[in-house]
Amino acid sequence: MQKMPAWAEVVLVPLISLILAALISAIVILAIGENPWTALKLMVDGALGSTYGWGYTLYYATNFVFTGLAVAVAYHARLFNIGGEGQAALGGLGVALVCLYIPWPHWSLALIGATAGAAIAGAAWAAIPAFLQAKRGSHIVITTIMFNFIAAAFLNYLLVGPLKPTGSMDPATAGFPQTTFLPTFQDMFSFGETVLFRGTPANVTFFVAVAACVLVWLIIWRTRLGYEIRAFGHSQPAARYAGIGPTWIIMITMLMSGGLAGLMAINNVMGEAERLILNSVEGAGFIGIAVALMGRSHPFGVLLAAILFGFLYQGGAELAFWTTIPRELIVVIQALVILFTGALDNMVRMPLEAIFGRLSRPPKPDRRSAQSEPSA
Amino acid sequence: MDYLAILQILDSTIRLATPLLLACLAGLYSERAGIFDIGLEGKMLAAAFFSAAVAYTSGNAWVGMMAGIGASLVLSAVHGIASITFRGNQLISGVAINFLAAGLTVVVSQSWFAQGGRTPQLSGDGRFNPIVWPGAVERTRDIMQADPGQQLYSELISGHTSLVYIALLIVPLTWWVLFRTRFGLRLRAVGENPAAVDTAGVSVVGLRFAAVAIAGVLCGIAGAYLATALQAGFTKDMTAGRGYIALAALIFAKWRPWYALGATMLFGFLQAVALRPDMIEGTLGWDVQIQLLDALPYILTVIILAGFVGKAIPPRAGGEPYVKER
Amino acid sequence: MTAPAIELKGISKAFGPVQANKDISIRVMPGTIHGIIGENGAGKSTLMSILYGFYKADAGEIWINGQRTEIPDSQAAIGAGIGMVFQHFKLVENFTVLENIVLGAEDSALLMPSLSRARRELKALAEEYELSVDPDARIEDIGVGMQQRVEILKALYRGADILILDEPTGVLTPAEADHLFRILEGLKREGKTIILITHKLREIMEITDTVSVMRRGEMTATVKTSETDPAELAELMVGRKVLLRVDKAPATPGATILQVRDLHVTDDKGVERIKGISFDIRAGEILGIAGVAGNGQSELLEVLGGYEVARGEVLMNGEPIDLSGSKSDGRSRRRRGIAHVPEDRQREGLIMDFAAWENVAFGYHDDPGYQSNALLMDNSAIRADTARKMERFDVRPPNPALAAKNFSGGNQQKIVVAREIERNPDLLLVGQPTRGVDIGAIEFIHQQIVALRDQGKAILLVSVELDEIMSLSDRIAVMFDGRIMGERLPSETDAKELGLLMAGITDTGRAHGVGEVEENLAHAGGDAAKEV
Repeated sequence: MQKMPAWAEVVLVPLISLILAALISAIVILAIGENPWTALKLMVDGALGSTYGWGYTLYYATNFVFTGLAVAVAYHARLFNIGGEGQAALGGLGVALVCLYIPWPHWSLALIGATAGAAIAGAAWAAIPAFLQAKRGSHIVITTIMFNFIAAAFLNYLLVGPLKPTGSMDPATAGFPQTTFLPTFQDMFSFGETVLFRGTPANVTFFVAVAACVLVWLIIWRTRLGYEIRAFGHSQPAARYAGIGPTWIIMITMLMSGGLAGLMAINNVMGEAERLILNSVEGAGFIGIAVALMGRSHPFGVLLAAILFGFLYQGGAELAFWTTIPRELIVVIQALVILFTGALDNMVRMPLEAIFGRLSRPPKPDRRSAQSEPSA
Repeated sequence: MDYLAILQILDSTIRLATPLLLACLAGLYSERAGIFDIGLEGKMLAAAFFSAAVAYTSGNAWVGMMAGIGASLVLSAVHGIASITFRGNQLISGVAINFLAAGLTVVVSQSWFAQGGRTPQLSGDGRFNPIVWPGAVERTRDIMQADPGQQLYSELISGHTSLVYIALLIVPLTWWVLFRTRFGLRLRAVGENPAAVDTAGVSVVGLRFAAVAIAGVLCGIAGAYLATALQAGFTKDMTAGRGYIALAALIFAKWRPWYALGATMLFGFLQAVALRPDMIEGTLGWDVQIQLLDALPYILTVIILAGFVGKAIPPRAGGEPYVKER
Repeated sequence: MTAPAIELKGISKAFGPVQANKDISIRVMPGTIHGIIGENGAGKSTLMSILYGFYKADAGEIWINGQRTEIPDSQAAIGAGIGMVFQHFKLVENFTVLENIVLGAEDSALLMPSLSRARRELKALAEEYELSVDPDARIEDIGVGMQQRVEILKALYRGADILILDEPTGVLTPAEADHLFRILEGLKREGKTIILITHKLREIMEITDTVSVMRRGEMTATVKTSETDPAELAELMVGRKVLLRVDKAPATPGATILQVRDLHVTDDKGVERIKGISFDIRAGEILGIAGVAGNGQSELLEVLGGYEVARGEVLMNGEPIDLSGSKSDGRSRRRRGIAHVPEDRQREGLIMDFAAWENVAFGYHDDPGYQSNALLMDNSAIRADTARKMERFDVRPPNPALAAKNFSGGNQQKIVVAREIERNPDLLLVGQPTRGVDIGAIEFIHQQIVALRDQGKAILLVSVELDEIMSLSDRIAVMFDGRIMGERLPSETDAKELGLLMAGITDTGRAHGVGEVEENLAHAGGDAAKEV
């Protein structure tokens, strides 16, 4: 028995969650004495009203696509990778090492090298929690949280120590050489006298992110590996019966997940900062959780949700600039999205299922399936 | 390193361990009842802000603490509704709560005090002040000249705020509640097998909400301690990962009250030492990276989690929403 | 005239659109044992869960001792003097017996006085009803028979006058079941009222005074046990005459397909679950493994299916199989011509959220016929193959896109059987092929198994249903406590002899002392209960 039509599951549930989050955010804005409607208009104007706004929105979205995909891929194996923050930070280290210590003739080659460096470093950071989960049964949520803090301390150590150029006061690496600078949207889309995306950080990495979405979709839904990951996620005993090894699935899934989180670094470290700075991830790893939940762990959904959060980030910055509403409002919105789409999913879903159940009495289903529902 | 320096380190160990201990015990109640709580950090943060804000407004630290507990309880209620009533994912709910607190505290404090996400400095009765025990000396000069026993008494035992002593008393209290009372038996049972509790005619939902509420109260005290005892006011993100360290300590302690005291004291000690790099070098003869000390609680916990040193077995029904089944 | 201890009037309960109980009325007189019998899924457990306040009935009334009683929760049921022993025990594993008994029935806010009172009362109860247990033992350390006693004691400690037992003998050996029945007789003598839910006719005939029959959520009859017979009850249960005999020609065994030599399995806790068994299966024969659940049969299937490690030797078509490898070797087993219908289709055999077509590929998803190219799978080829198999096995509805959870138990099992049999394996492992399957599907599945045998394939059948073993098998081996107690031909044995073997008693005399047997049984069963 289908409790809800597929479109309701895919569109309506996230949409209602989003509306609830928006409503509460509006109440918060009202409570601090601002006008929510004006705030929304400011956000839309600032984030979507110009190529400048879009340049930032898509830059943020690129970060969130990677971290969102990281959470989504892991979730298909029912692994909750909360360590995107640390994996992305290590990805930054990978990018920095590749850009600083290998003389690249052209940005395109540097991009390939940095992609590899970011993915490998991110994956390596996910590998230890994955191994401990697979072999020792250590809860991956706890270990990945611990690894976020260990990563922060590790990078802190590197950036005030070995990687800091002598004489510099900044906890950061030296600037990357010019041959590694990635083309920005301004470089790519301005023509003649018309300058678009002026001064914005959006860059070619956005297309890498879109390609990552397509690739993840293919892997999860069209390959044997993806089939095995999903089977394992749905039922571990069944996967065991079918000869799908848990160690292999946990390891490969987390390596992919960590690699995707690490890839974020080619956008923010290589594409934007052009050096590795302290705390470069700025919470994008955690936003990946909201993005994956909102996008229902589907790459296309993740892309849309990432753009939505890109909009919120850029809009929130504009809001802080023009009003007294601090930037942290977007953290509140993010929290509410996670709360409603993730933890309070049933609150949204149960009334909807009841409504759809009443609208269409389906042909008499068998009772076993109905009974297995609540426990599933 | 001299005796007095050691006493000073141990003194700050106690002060730094107190919020960890309170949060760790909060997590202990919640997780013993089968509700994972990674929202300790957020609850502490919310409590820190509201206790500081209300303590400043009212001029009374105790009133402030009540407000902090209230704020923490609201977040506990959110966690309870999400993970008990609607059987949502407890981990995701915890993550959401942490962000909610991180964002709301800044948004509200900016609107309330307009000081860039902090509260004004607290002073006088707006803070919890040290309690000087009878016979203890206070002035640094007097302490330095006192005999070792007096130094120990004055430096280490006397001179903490009341919340420190309260936190220490909660450890035996928690042990007693868990293992010597009806409530404790039921609480432990509901974290191991809620169906057993349900069929015995006891409300699973009620017990779990009670546990989550206790966790809220303890996080509230922890937050109030941070903002109105350890520091003199709220600053943005002032919990600085303490909720997660408490979580690590809880695993380290294998969900037991006395072990929790030991684990949080150990982690508090690491924090205290990290504040005195000069003393490490002086004692060990070589330089220890502060970052390593920062990371050590997490590294130790990962090692414990990996089961290389005594396996930590969590309550069996932990993290699972309870669904009635025959 | 005394009022009935329990009277249910017009109870109805629906789960979504599924009507689990339809207008059920029943009267149970005090001091009697009343049986409720019906097939799996007939609604027996739902009805009793309503009586125990676990579910709320949509309509109907409950009367206890002549008084209309509302039972909104278990607390109210306990207050009304009702105790329940669930099929899956509700005990806290790492608590002691005493703590489990006291839980929820403490005298005061402090624990110690309650515990010492419980200790005294437990002693009295133990003497009164043959219910001795060690109050300080931890639940996880005692066997399943003991755990059941703790459940009964829990109910009695709460002052239950009405005791409901849901499928209490499912995990017990015949000997343990007999002991349980003696306990129940003793309780009845003391004036307690007992409701026994079961799907086993033997138990109903042996112990009950009256019996109600349920079918598809409805109460089809209530009769005095002395005035009925098993044939009549069986007919009432299924709605028509049961034909459990399978039409099959005598076997014509060919070459030896599978040789098992001195197989040992030790589980993760270090308990030896299979203690050195050896047997052969030849082409064209069905070897049935009989036994009470939890005596090593599941492990045997897991080893041969490639997801449990073992010591010893297994030859498939004369070639050795690697037993020491990983616990996820199912794929290599399939390549060697071993197909496996697992015991629990919902847990292992199917991914309930996957569509039927995805499930038909399950375990065979690396089949070359299912691939488009080196990288991608050919989903349309799998769908087409699924449609074919669904038609051949008459799976309803024949919709490859429907999720597995939306098929009935029988149709789910047909999907699994189709997937495995259509691979044309040399050896088919079948565990509990008809558990929770409707009669029509049972006959169909049995026919398919026999047809595969007639094609000259070897079949290993594991079932706890003795009738199924006896009607399908060409040879029967009985497992007890990780050993094969004996092998029999179905034509030369009967249920009584097999029952003795299942309890560990061989015809050369008792293999073990009785006490030891009971202990072993309890232990073996205890592990079985954990697996469920």
